[in-house]
Order: sequence, then structure tokens, then C-alpha cells
Amino acid sequence: MRRYVLKRLAITVALLFVVSLIIYTIMRSIPTSYVENQARMLSQLPGAKSYSEWLAQLNANYGMDKGILLGYMQWFKSAIKGDFGDSWQFNIPVIQKFSQVIWYSFILGAISFILEIIIAIPLGILAARKQYSRTDYSITVIALLGISLPTFFFATILKLIFSVWLGWLPLYGMVGRYYELLSTANQYLDIAIHYILPIMTLTIISIGSLMRYTRTNMLEVLNSDYIRTARAKGLSEKKVINYHAFRNTLIPLVTILGGSLPGLFAGALITETLFQIPGIGYTAYLAMVSGDIPFTMFYMVFMAILTLLGTLIADILYAVVDPRVRVS
Amino acid sequence: MKVLGKEDTNQEKKNVNYLTAKEVRRISRENRKTTDEFEKTRERKNVSVDEYTTIMKNNDNLMEVENLHTYFFTDIGIVKSVSGVTFDVPKGKTVGIVGESGCGKSVTSLSIMQLVQRPQGQIVEGQIRFDFDEYIYDLAKIPNEKMQQIRGNEISMIFQEPMTSLNPVFRIGLQVDEVIELHNHGMSKEKIKNRTIEMLDMVGIANSEGVYKMFPHELSGGMRQRVMIAMALSCDPKLIIADEPTTALDVTIQAQIMDLLRNLKNKINSSIMLITHDLGVIAEMADFVVVMYAGKVIEKGTAKEIFHNPLHPYTVGLMASRPKIGGLKAGKLYSIPGSVPNPVDMPDYCYFKDRCNRSMKKCNGAYPPEIYVSDTHMVACYHYLDSEEEKHD
Repeated sequence: MRRYVLKRLAITVALLFVVSLIIYTIMRSIPTSYVENQARMLSQLPGAKSYSEWLAQLNANYGMDKGILLGYMQWFKSAIKGDFGDSWQFNIPVIQKFSQVIWYSFILGAISFILEIIIAIPLGILAARKQYSRTDYSITVIALLGISLPTFFFATILKLIFSVWLGWLPLYGMVGRYYELLSTANQYLDIAIHYILPIMTLTIISIGSLMRYTRTNMLEVLNSDYIRTARAKGLSEKKVINYHAFRNTLIPLVTILGGSLPGLFAGALITETLFQIPGIGYTAYLAMVSGDIPFTMFYMVFMAILTLLGTLIADILYAVVDPRVRVS
Repeated sequence: MKVLGKEDTNQEKKNVNYLTAKEVRRISRENRKTTDEFEKTRERKNVSVDEYTTIMKNNDNLMEVENLHTYFFTDIGIVKSVSGVTFDVPKGKTVGIVGESGCGKSVTSLSIMQLVQRPQGQIVEGQIRFDFDEYIYDLAKIPNEKMQQIRGNEISMIFQEPMTSLNPVFRIGLQVDEVIELHNHGMSKEKIKNRTIEMLDMVGIANSEGVYKMFPHELSGGMRQRVMIAMALSCDPKLIIADEPTTALDVTIQAQIMDLLRNLKNKINSSIMLITHDLGVIAEMADFVVVMYAGKVIEKGTAKEIFHNPLHPYTVGLMASRPKIGGLKAGKLYSIPGSVPNPVDMPDYCYFKDRCNRSMKKCNGAYPPEIYVSDTHMVACYHYLDSEEEKHD
């Protein structure tokens, strides 16, 4: 097991190297250039140097005068030491900006993750138990709606209903207008109210696939021979479903849920942007559209690490829940 | 092939292999209506005991299955898996049920256990009378909660697939403990464990303490079947239903498992209902034999009668298609020509007529009645109608 994990980690490191090189190449090649924008702005100031002079100076300052490969090596050298440089857009070290915003995203992700599990798994089991019944069909339709509606569309509909028509919830933002004047308890409440719509969006969007996944796996388990054995023992239907069947359905479920755990830190780019929640997703979006290479590089590499970590966790959890893959 | 139009649905003879979407919808709508009704009756709360209490026709019998009909309501039509099966299981005897795949052997046993896949599968008619000493219940009408106390306790079942019949994520000990705990309320944990280990010893597992802690994947197929048998016997059942217990095992293990079942049967004195298509196994184990074909019993009698004097052409064919030692020199293995009729569209004459080498004019008539050639030997074939009449005259 240990050797397996070490081997996986070695592969992960190699993968990260390649992934970051690709991202860097893309960032350098896209038309949005922070340096060019800066140079254009500065050259328009009264009595300023010309555009090309500014551009040459800024390119040198930001280390953009070297080729892509050399530039990448320079980035890689300092990144390996944990120094990701200063963000161009936010003018503070990348790590500092990251630690400022990550928790907003984490809370958003964690709450909707828990809600997703609480809602989707029981619904999936219910749909499987009553396959082809009215309950099954209605759950499936709702799940399909959740899967097929794009985030931006669904979020906009929620905003229209709850903010515009009903006026119950704020349209966007993370705090209200009078946030500073509120007591501590009320400040938390204010944030909580602002979080309702984004969490609703994220949860409903993600419920569908998890519910379908649970249903499919539960159906497969329910049709297996050992469930018939469990029934033949005289166990009550409740025990058969909740103990014998669920324990087996848990194997694939834990694997995908465990695999998506690191994703809690990834932020929800579209949802955060739509609701203007200053989480990691929204921040990364701002950095990307302004061509902020250090921050984007950090975010993308961070995402790559999370993805690779996810598959690793999934594999390890598989061994934990399924005795057949356990290695002694 | 003609496409079915509106008028064609009413035609007498239609192609059952072709259904329009409209027809499928109509069939599934009708099915839903029928099964919903059955489910409603099934799901009723507080069913009075009188409704399923009954009396045995013969007190020597442990179980009497009478005119059992189990249908599956599928989208292509009603599949009459079991239609009018009648047989008895005497106390302490072994009854073998033979027939080819799909003849309704397993569905009969699942009907007895009430494990037919609902709501599509339903017992539509018939009685399964079972003698529980103090009372006699009709298992076809008994409510679920009551049946749960009977399953694994009074009636237990051994399935044909030992490789997949044990839950892969639980230890062997837990799985056997569970059934003992379920039917023996208030038994201490220690006692349950001892009983489990005792049962594992009894079915010939040498390292019973070790196996107690193992997962199913650590055992071979034969070992798993032994565990299944231990589980089935752990509550001293009155009836053990063994549904092709040796099909998935290799020949040496088959013999071991059969020996084990025979020895255990003598020890615990319960009845066995042995379902198989292996005639050799039946000849060795069974006291009575029931031969099934396409959901009906076509011949039944004592093992001696069936093996020495098979009457129904199907039974005769079945006997002829046994491989014999040294018989291979004779050439090809005999097989009954033709195939079983479509279960959705059964003919109204004898189901075997189209494959029968002795069919005659009379066979085109209604399905042949049950004809008793001796007190125990029944056959459903027109060839023996006369002999019966003579006897009664």
C-alpha cells in the first residue's frame, strides 16, 4: 500500500510539471496581456514615454522579455521553493491573496457538498426501491432538470424569483449595505442570508448526477444474489436496504465523493462570479481576464494538485470500503 | 412480416414477436392496473389470521402446493412462469423437481419463499399450505411481516450461485450470526457465535474459527456453498429449498456437497425440496420426483416410478438425454428436438405436442388432464387416458 501511494505521488509530481508548463505556455500566448494594457495606460498619461518604450521597460520588469521556456523555468524555480511571486492584479503576494479568499469558497463548497449528500443519496435510494413508479419518474425528472440547466441560467432564475419578484434575498454580494454597523451575530446572519442563493444554485446543480449515480448503483446491488439471500434470511426490508444493500452501494459512492473532497477548495468560478462572492473562483476569474500570470499560474497548478489528490483519495478510499481490494 | 394495424390487434392469430409501441403501452397500462391491485391486497395492514389459516389435506405432508399460478406482468405480455402446479412435500422426505431451464422450477421455489420479484411477479392463484405444527398457514396469502419470521427460520433456501450469494462486504461470521440472532430473540452474543461456529463445523469447514472472521472472497466456491448451507440450517428449518445447489461447482465439489446435504438431512430430519436439472442427483437424493415443463407439472411420482417407468414423452426424452458411462461410443448425446413454446403466448393444446414424437390426433385438443396411473404416479398425457378409464370402470 505504501509503495503504491509513493509511486502514485511520484507520477503526480511528473504530471504537475507537465501541466504547469502547458498552462504557462497558454497564459503567455493568449491575447490578453497585462503588460501591454499597463504600457498602453501609462503611455497615455500626460508627458509620458512612448508605448514601445514603456512596453520594453515593463517587459523587463515583469520578466516577460525572456522566451516561454526560460520564463517558465524561472517561475518553476521559485515556485518549487513555495514562492509564487506577487499578483499583478492585486499587488500583494499570491499566497496572501489566496489565503484571504479561499475560506469564502470553502464554506460555500462545504455546505452545498453536505446538502448534496443529504438530499441526493436518500432520493437515489428511494428511486431505486420504487423503480419505474411515479416517485421514481418524478425524482428522475427533477434530477435531469438539475443536470441539464446551466448554472448561469438557473442562478438567474433563482435571482428573478427570490430577489426580484419576492424580494426575500439579496441579489448578489456577500454582505449587505449596513454590514459594518451590525453587531457580530447580525454580521454572521447577514453573510448567511447572502449565501442562501449561491448554495441553493450549487446544490441543485450537483444533486442530479449524484442522485442518478446512487440510483444506478443501488439498482445493481438490489438485483444481486446476496440481497436475495438477505431477504431469504427473513430480514426486514428496511434492514435489507439500509444495511446489506446500502453498505455495497457505498463502495462507488464513497469513491466519487472522496474524490471530490479536494474540489471543495477549488471554488465555484461561475456561481461565485454570478453572485460576486469574493472566493477563489471569482478572484481567479478576475486575475485571468486581466492577464495576471502569477495568480493564474498558482490557481491552475493548485487545481491540478486538487484533481490529482482527488483521484488518489478515491483510490485509497476504495480500499477502505471494499474488503476485496484491501491489501494486507 | 406484416405490420400490425389497428384492426389486426383483434385478430385471432398475431405475431407475438412484433409489438407496436401502442400495444406495449396498452399492455403496460393493463399490467400496472393488475399489479397495483395485487400490491394493494398485499400491503394491507392488520390482516386477520383467519384469512391465511387453512387445513392440510393430508397430515403426513409438510407442505402442499395446490394449483399455484405465478405470473410475470411484463411489457410484452403476461408470462405464465408457473401455471397450475400441484405437488406435496411429505414430512422428512426429499422431493426433487426437475425440468429444463426456464420451466418454472425456480419461480415455484421463490413463490414458496415469497421472494418473487414484485410488483411484476405475482402469485395470482393457488395455495401453498404449510404445516407449522400449531397452525397451518397458506403461504400464498400470508402477509409480509409474518413471512419474514418464517424465512430463514422454518423454511430456508440454498441458492445456485455460491460465488455471489454472500454479501461481499461482511464477514462470514456476521452473516451467519445475523440469521441466528434474527430468529432467536434474546440469545446472547457469545451463544450466537458458538452456534455459528458449531454450524460451520457441521458443514465440514475445518478451520471454522478462522473462517468466522473471513470475507467471502477469501473462500472457494465449495466453501461458500458450505457457508450457505450452514446459514440455511442454523435455525433448524422444517423445509430446506435447495435451488440447484451444485450447478456452479465442479464435479468433485458437487459430489461432496450432495453427500453433505444427504448426511445433514438424516441428522436434522427436515424435508428437502431439491431443484435441479441433474437427473443423477435426483436419483440419488429424492424420494419423490416432480417433472416440470413450461410452467406445469407433467409427471410426478416416487423416484422409483419416474426412473424405472417414465411415462410422459418428455420425461422419457429427459431420461434418454442423460450421458451414460461408456455410452459415448454410441455417438451423439440425445436431445429433444424443437424448443419450448413462447411463454407469452402458450398454445391451448399440450405444451409438449410440437416437440413430441408420439403426438396423435387427440393431442390437438385441450391441455391433457392429470391422469393417475397409480396412487402416487401422475402423468399429464393423452396416451394414458384409457388405462385410467379402464381402472375406474
